[in-house]
Amino acid sequence: MRYERPETLEDAVGLLSATPERSHILAGGTDLLVRMKNDDFDADLVVDIKRIAGMGEIARTDAGFVIGAAVPCAKLAEDAALVAAWPGVVEAANLIGSTQIQSRCTMTGNLCNAGPAADSVPALVAVDARVKIVGPEGNRIIPARDVPVGPGQTSLAPGEIVAAIVLPEPAPQTGSAYLRFIPRTEMDIAVVGTAVVLTRDADGTVASARVALGAVGPRVIVPDDAAQMLVGTTLDDDTLARFEAACSDAATPIDDKRGTVAFRKEVAGVLARRAAKIAYDRAGETQ
Amino acid sequence: MSFDASYNEKELNAVGTRPVRPDGVDKVTGRARYGADYNMPGQLVARVLRSPHAHARILRIDTSQAEALKGVKAVVTAADLPDLTDGDASLFAILDNCMARTKALYDGHAVAAVAAIDVHVARKALKLIEVDYEVLPHVVDVDLAMAPDAPVLDETIITKGVTPAPDAPSNVFAHSEFGHGDVAAGFAKADEIVERTFKTEQTHQGYIEPHACVASCNSDGSAEMWVCTQGPFVYRQVCADLLGLEVSKLKVTSSEIGGGFGGKTHVWAEPVALALSRKAGRPVKLVMSRNEVFRASGPTSATSIDVKIGATKDGTITAAEATLRYTSGPYPDTWAETGAMTAFACYDLENVKTVGIEVLVNRPKVAAYRAPSAPMAAFAVESAIDSLAHKIGIDAVDFRIKNAAREGTRSSYGPVYGPIGIGPTLEAAKAHAHMSAPLGKNQGRGMACGFWFNFGGQTCTDLNISADGTVTLSVGTVDVGGSRASLSMIAAEELGIAYEDVKAGVADTASLGYNDMTDGSRGTFSSSMATISAARNAIAVMKQRAALMWDIPVEDIEWKDGQAHAVGASHDNLAPLSVKDIAAKAGNTGGPIAGHSELVADGAGVSFGTHICDVEVDPETGATRVIRYTVIQDAGKAVHPAYVEGQYQGGAAQGIGWALNEEYIYGEDGRLQNAGFLDYRIPVCSDLPMIDTQILEIPNPNHPYGVRGVGETSIVPPLAAVANAVSDAVGVRMTHVPISPPRILAALKAQR
Ligand SMILES: Cc1cc2nc3c(=O)[nH]c(=O)nc-3n(C[C@H](O)[C@H](O)[C@H](O)COP(=O)(O)OP(=O)(O)OC[C@H]3O[C@@H](n4cnc5c(N)ncnc54)[C@H](O)[C@@H]3O)c2cc1C
Repeated sequence: MRYERPETLEDAVGLLSATPERSHILAGGTDLLVRMKNDDFDADLVVDIKRIAGMGEIARTDAGFVIGAAVPCAKLAEDAALVAAWPGVVEAANLIGSTQIQSRCTMTGNLCNAGPAADSVPALVAVDARVKIVGPEGNRIIPARDVPVGPGQTSLAPGEIVAAIVLPEPAPQTGSAYLRFIPRTEMDIAVVGTAVVLTRDADGTVASARVALGAVGPRVIVPDDAAQMLVGTTLDDDTLARFEAACSDAATPIDDKRGTVAFRKEVAGVLARRAAKIAYDRAGETQ
Repeated sequence: MSFDASYNEKELNAVGTRPVRPDGVDKVTGRARYGADYNMPGQLVARVLRSPHAHARILRIDTSQAEALKGVKAVVTAADLPDLTDGDASLFAILDNCMARTKALYDGHAVAAVAAIDVHVARKALKLIEVDYEVLPHVVDVDLAMAPDAPVLDETIITKGVTPAPDAPSNVFAHSEFGHGDVAAGFAKADEIVERTFKTEQTHQGYIEPHACVASCNSDGSAEMWVCTQGPFVYRQVCADLLGLEVSKLKVTSSEIGGGFGGKTHVWAEPVALALSRKAGRPVKLVMSRNEVFRASGPTSATSIDVKIGATKDGTITAAEATLRYTSGPYPDTWAETGAMTAFACYDLENVKTVGIEVLVNRPKVAAYRAPSAPMAAFAVESAIDSLAHKIGIDAVDFRIKNAAREGTRSSYGPVYGPIGIGPTLEAAKAHAHMSAPLGKNQGRGMACGFWFNFGGQTCTDLNISADGTVTLSVGTVDVGGSRASLSMIAAEELGIAYEDVKAGVADTASLGYNDMTDGSRGTFSSSMATISAARNAIAVMKQRAALMWDIPVEDIEWKDGQAHAVGASHDNLAPLSVKDIAAKAGNTGGPIAGHSELVADGAGVSFGTHICDVEVDPETGATRVIRYTVIQDAGKAVHPAYVEGQYQGGAAQGIGWALNEEYIYGEDGRLQNAGFLDYRIPVCSDLPMIDTQILEIPNPNHPYGVRGVGETSIVPPLAAVANAVSDAVGVRMTHVPISPPRILAALKAQR
């Protein structure tokens, strides 16, 4: 197995294109290194992207926050502007693993690993994040939601690399939140994950809302009809009860070692309701 | 030399203090050598091929391609481990478990193994081994395995212990029965009766260090093994028996141990490593992965238990009965019998009956796990006791106090108790501030008692006095919880020297006589007894040497405060001789000075504990947090109180994990779904509160200092204590462990 640390994206793309099979991109490595320990893992090439200029940086541009593919999740919490703009994304990324894991792992890795229970992915989908992709056939920008296509599967073509995740500038009075359910307090994998982003009008009613549910389907679920129920309300108890039921209905989990269908559907609704409350309160605190 | 082990109250100086452990620096600096940290020249790497099927006949194994691979030095199958067990069924079960012979009996059962020059070659070789299986129907659930239409694992098994004997084979290996009195008459006298069925899922000991060994067989019939084990002498015996080696020619050295909890009292892959080494003619290192540890080693029984208890309105239990069904994995064993013995051991009962039923299933061979079989029985019984207390409207602690066993009680499993600690731990619980602390919203409190037998067994130690007066102590019980410190303290106490002047170590099997393994909470109990005896023997030698040095009769010498004192009018002006003084002259007074001891440590003294637990449950998600936890247990005498507290806390932590989240989860296909620490959820630090402890000291009459084993009892009450607390918090009786969030929400829903 070959290990390469190219200094440019072009070189990285070149290396990957030359070895289209059994080659892997290494960001933080907190998924990949674990997989490599399996007896049935085989690789010819591992391309570490952490040396590539700009990969470890967060830039604020006209497009919004451009988060390099190798930015460790711990660094997100150190960026005050990002925390103020998208607390729901930062808190999701900072639920991953532990302090040690967060100082290595990236949101890009979380996204490209395409695990249905990935914590940062519902948060990214809820804020409608985009990803910048470079590849042998050129560059493209797609919604983060379209990167994972199924468990362990992405829409990336051979040789393609995610270069950055782009979060838009939030509209005024926007709040975001992410909550997950795990049976333990940490070092666990989400049994249900819920992200809510909403924007308030001047009078306190919800002007727009977006909801994303994780770990309750092969991909993140975006229950637009449930989100629409919040619009025009101030999250009164009735609305929240209907919203909770709609989120439960939208969830399509399976019975597995992490929980039953009934449990996951019910908890998806409970957490979505709680996340909506938090996002609403946060929206009220911003200018 | 005769040795009197009876308790003798006296002032102790070293015992009861909290010195730093001798193995601490090595452990925190990473220098300590565990199972995988040992290497030999020319060593090969072993890998094991395991069955992906829960139950399958092995039709054919073709290893030729693997053998032909460059770098492969040996491939073994059951054919390389011929059956030398001579009708010994339990030894045969160990052999068959190490390497499947005709059938793979569970997902993860070893079918072949390779030794190669490196891990890459070994991995590749595994893929080249062809195995043809005929997949058979399987069963993993304890109740389903007893159903009339269940697939039968072993057609030769006809249930023992029932009359008339059944005429068809089944998965029920045996029934066992304990108790006394007339339960029917007792229930007739009861005003209230609680009758319920409980279930517990299979858990793993969860030791952090996977099984690991380096085995080396020589052409002259001698062999060596470095291995992570709780019992090097037992491993030596079993491996020698299985491989046809002479016991004395196999030297086994135990490594430091990263947890065992009973799981390292049984051999797993060690005979396979020896077989590979014998075939390859080179040393072989075999380290299990975590996946293999879960699939093929260790777990405890899954159980299903019926309990019925009756009491009069004044709170007197009139009868108690339980039927306990325990899985043993695919081989016969006696786990239910142990559960049946412990179930009602805390109580003084006129009429009691328990039946243990041993059930074979397609899961890994059950191994000992800290007070094996007792936690599940205690869960069922203590839950029912709690319900009954509610039903008759009496406080749960008072109810237990009223019915607690005491000195002179005939236990439910037969023997009559000597002085015991169940009453005092309950009284201490009643008086504890935890018991009356206020509870908040969604919070609940539970308590429960537990019992464990404890064990003594064969033990020997060597105590050698060096020329500078310092002491080396060689013991044969593996140090799993700080026993090198405790035993050094004991030697220092007896000799009257400083703790720092004693260095205790665990000897290999070539350097010391046979010792039973570290199990049954026996390590400190039995090795301290042998250490006291060895120290007293060394003192006798030192007195003789002092007599020679002074040229006075040995009868005129007294040993006090680490010195020989001459007594009597004619020579009491002689300055005392210290260990150092005597040791310095040893070469001229008869050579090296040592004390030895070989004994059977009888009278381990049964142990009891009472736990109190507070939880908070989120009623919308079923998430449970343990917010306060108190362990009260009788230690007899706490030699090193910090390590006794550590045992109390460790057992409670493991029990809390078992109660709330840990379980083996099998798919429809009989494959283990969660063979890793991500989905097999042991508690992490932040899941637990600080676990408070209270040590009671009710001296064991059969130990010079009153010591009892303390290692296991602490895992017995938590399942029930947590269950009682959760049931209190949510208002529904939880009867299925682990009490995971989905089970709590489902129970709440069913009640609505
Ligand atoms: C102890 C532990 C705890 C964990 N806890 C959590 C948790 O709580 N929640 C959670 O969601 N996850 C958890 N994880 C999983 C993991 O940490 C996360 O998925 C993490 O975000 C992965 O990021 P990474 O940078 O380390 O990815 P890597 O391992 O480097 O990569 C992951 C995958 O993405 C691909 N990839 C990486 N970068 C790119 C790129 N730029 N372009 C295209 N493909 C790319 C890799 O080839 C690989 O397939 C845990 C892992 C561990 C070891």
